[in-house]
Amino acid sequence: MNATSTRSDDDLLERFQRAAFGYFLEHFNADNGLVADTSRTGSPCSIAVVGFALSCYPVGVERGWMARADAAARTLASLRFFWNSTQGVQPDATGYMGFYYHFLDMQTGARVWRSELSVIDTTLLLAGVLLAGVYFSEDTPAENEIRALADALYRRVDWQWSCGDGPTVRQGWKPDSGFLNYGWDGYNEGTILYILGLASPTHPLPANSYSAWTATYQWENIYDYDFLYAGPLFIHQFSHAWVDFEGIRDSFMREKRSDYFENSRRATYVQREYACRNPHGFKGYGENCWGVTAGEGPSFPTLKMDGRQRCFFGYAARGAPFGPDDGTISPSAALASLPFAPELALPALRHLCAHYPEIVRDAKLPTGFNPTLSGGDSSGWVSEGYFGLDQGLIVLMIENYRSRLIWKLMRKCRYVASGLRSAGFKGGWLS
Amino acid sequence: MTNASPRQYPAREHEDRFYRALVDNVHPPAWSNPEPTGEYNLVVIGAGPAGLVAARAAAALGAKVALIERHLIGGDCLNVGCVPSKAIIRTSRLYAEMRAAETYGAQAPGGIDVDFRSVMQRMRRIQTRISRTDSAQRISADGVDVYFGEARFAGRRTVELDGKTLHFRKALIATGARSKAPSIPGLVEAGYLTNESVFDLTERPRRLLVIGGGPLGCELAQAFRRLGAEVIIVQGEPMFLPKEERDAAQILSDALARDGVEIHLNSKVVAVRVEGGMKVADLVSDDNKSSVSVDEILTGIGRAPNVEGLNLDAAGVAYNADTGIVVNDFLQTTNRRVYAAGDVCLEHKFTHTADASARIVLQNALFLGRKRLSALTIPWCTYTDPEIAHVGLYAGVARERGIPVRTFTILMHDVDRAVTDGEEEGFVKIHVRQGSDRILGATVVARHAGEMINGLSLAINAGLGLRALAQVVHTYPTQAEAIKMAADAYNRTRLTPMLKALARRWLAW
Repeated sequence: MNATSTRSDDDLLERFQRAAFGYFLEHFNADNGLVADTSRTGSPCSIAVVGFALSCYPVGVERGWMARADAAARTLASLRFFWNSTQGVQPDATGYMGFYYHFLDMQTGARVWRSELSVIDTTLLLAGVLLAGVYFSEDTPAENEIRALADALYRRVDWQWSCGDGPTVRQGWKPDSGFLNYGWDGYNEGTILYILGLASPTHPLPANSYSAWTATYQWENIYDYDFLYAGPLFIHQFSHAWVDFEGIRDSFMREKRSDYFENSRRATYVQREYACRNPHGFKGYGENCWGVTAGEGPSFPTLKMDGRQRCFFGYAARGAPFGPDDGTISPSAALASLPFAPELALPALRHLCAHYPEIVRDAKLPTGFNPTLSGGDSSGWVSEGYFGLDQGLIVLMIENYRSRLIWKLMRKCRYVASGLRSAGFKGGWLS
Repeated sequence: MTNASPRQYPAREHEDRFYRALVDNVHPPAWSNPEPTGEYNLVVIGAGPAGLVAARAAAALGAKVALIERHLIGGDCLNVGCVPSKAIIRTSRLYAEMRAAETYGAQAPGGIDVDFRSVMQRMRRIQTRISRTDSAQRISADGVDVYFGEARFAGRRTVELDGKTLHFRKALIATGARSKAPSIPGLVEAGYLTNESVFDLTERPRRLLVIGGGPLGCELAQAFRRLGAEVIIVQGEPMFLPKEERDAAQILSDALARDGVEIHLNSKVVAVRVEGGMKVADLVSDDNKSSVSVDEILTGIGRAPNVEGLNLDAAGVAYNADTGIVVNDFLQTTNRRVYAAGDVCLEHKFTHTADASARIVLQNALFLGRKRLSALTIPWCTYTDPEIAHVGLYAGVARERGIPVRTFTILMHDVDRAVTDGEEEGFVKIHVRQGSDRILGATVVARHAGEMINGLSLAINAGLGLRALAQVVHTYPTQAEAIKMAADAYNRTRLTPMLKALARRWLAW
């Protein structure tokens, strides 16, 4: 028996959670509190990753991996940067209307890659900002400032503007071309966006925006599971990293006699069932090797393998069961299912450790691997380095499974409770 | 019938024997119009699918009928629509299969070269064959007075044509629609193809730009790519076929990419110019700008109803240049003696809706019927590979109407026949009203979705729910078995824990 197979579940999770937490220590700029999108050389900052980082610091403190003062200092550096950086349409701005560009220069904080002013990524940043505002509750100069800045950053966001002329939120905006043309129909990771947007005391989303969005939902029976469908697994996880949806229901879930927590559990089962059926015959897929989601891929030329034509994508919104799928598994997405279906996620993690030890070195998980490209003997293609979004999601979801810490903290955030109620959520812990 | 801009087959095709046979059927050169005698029970303007159905059925029932066609009998469907496109799509599928022979365990034939002239000649042969059924001679022999020429209303009960006056008790306007002219600077000067000219091509364009990701654009982009052209498709929306299920659009997008079509979603062509003999189109997507250089440009954005030149005002028939002739649910125009059917008045511009609407007119105009357009269950299909077919309500539309919806989804990769055929892409989604088995609508994405959707149309039309469909024995193995599998999935949800417990107790003997 190897070391992994003899560890208790909690020991195993502690090891992976601690390793993921390490990402935020290694790829952090102390001058401005920004955190890199990936571990790759020259990576810019992703504002969403900063949101995850801000959420991970309280976990680090509670787990004894970081001093509270250190966590507060890191948090303060980030919050001060976002509060003081330029907002406007000028080329060097960091944001506009209280929102921020998706990718920023790690040193200067200016927009890079002509990235969009991203509503969802700003939301994930704000989730971390608000969490920090709740966690740092002591009466010290640093923690007092954190709370004040957190509230100010949230209040500055003009959510109304983010709808453009439409009934629902637009995905983003660019200074030269205005709002992106993308609609955002169907269930996606935007639930927390609407919750925070509806609760704004300054520029809230229109009251009917949430119902206009949920009108595009599709409740499907797939593989004998009834659930609110979305193909990529991360969609069923991101909002849940901060908000405890167990037992609370909006109008849609009341109609379906379910809730979003149960929905994510079923979505996890559908993913596993898809891997078991493995219609495209990808290597490695099975009851303990699943997890298809948006992310990087091999981007390899088309190959003829085992009598089949194989296409391998680069970055793609992979999904199950409708695809696209090229045999790329996301081990972090599978592990992030832990709070919903530990009976599936833990065996998947152990399977990964036992069969693909080369990709779990130092207990850090890559964003994707593709055993099909190896013919099935090994992990095949493995994404280079590590992604901050994956590492943050792992830290938060393992913590929610172990102690529900993030969920408990966010319950105390008045904006979250208020936003949930505005969206029509009732019952459970909201009662 | 295209009333605004007369269309003839191009002169260069006159040597083609299939072309000559086709013209002999759909617009005989030596045809002489009959002399009108007395009042017609029904005058039909336009000999496309709607006009043909109405004229022939009315004549068969003993009515005195005139059918007036300006150009070619058969309308868009036969001449510039369904028939030629499906003919070349079939050839393009064959080429795709030849290239994929190894995946079927077959030897790929050596040197798969596309002879474009042969493809188009086969298309013309098929048009000719299908045109025989509705040739001017046959229609005439069936008792319909066939006129070729420009029809104009001269009053509320008269139509004029080549100096002749036709009196009618009832009239049907079925003049169809034509491609809308796109308003892209430089496009007209550079020249472009529409569905009305693309089937006249005799040489395959080396590089083809398709503007518009609706049904026509997607079908022809894929077909021309499979026939060896380099194809670039530009779609303004973030998805192809924006009215369809997003999963359907995603599968189509993947399929086009796999075929090698260069896809530009969320993009617009803002200008076209000619440089060095090539057509150069400028594209914009958010703040990204790029250009593509091509031999030909095909546009497939929207259809405009053929309402011009008919002197509709004289007949008291109201119309709108964008939406066509104004009709009520009984397909009656603002002149109660005049009806309209098909593309000239309908939102859904399909051959089968033209046919169905003409049958409504027949009953309402000649037999005091009260048939309603809104009562029709209309399926449609985009003939890409895989095909995308739909009938009834979309889940989103049902939810907008406050109807709680539950969707039963079967993936084609779970259907044995789809697996044996190597046609596993796609799904069957059947939407029911939550708490019942009543079918509200369905979408099928499959190699033969157009065939499969008919079973679901039948069920909706006949009021059959999923419980009834589960009782229907389906032939095994067929791809349509997916419909039964969805019905079986519904039945399994009826097995509540209590029913399961009772069954276990019953069986514990």
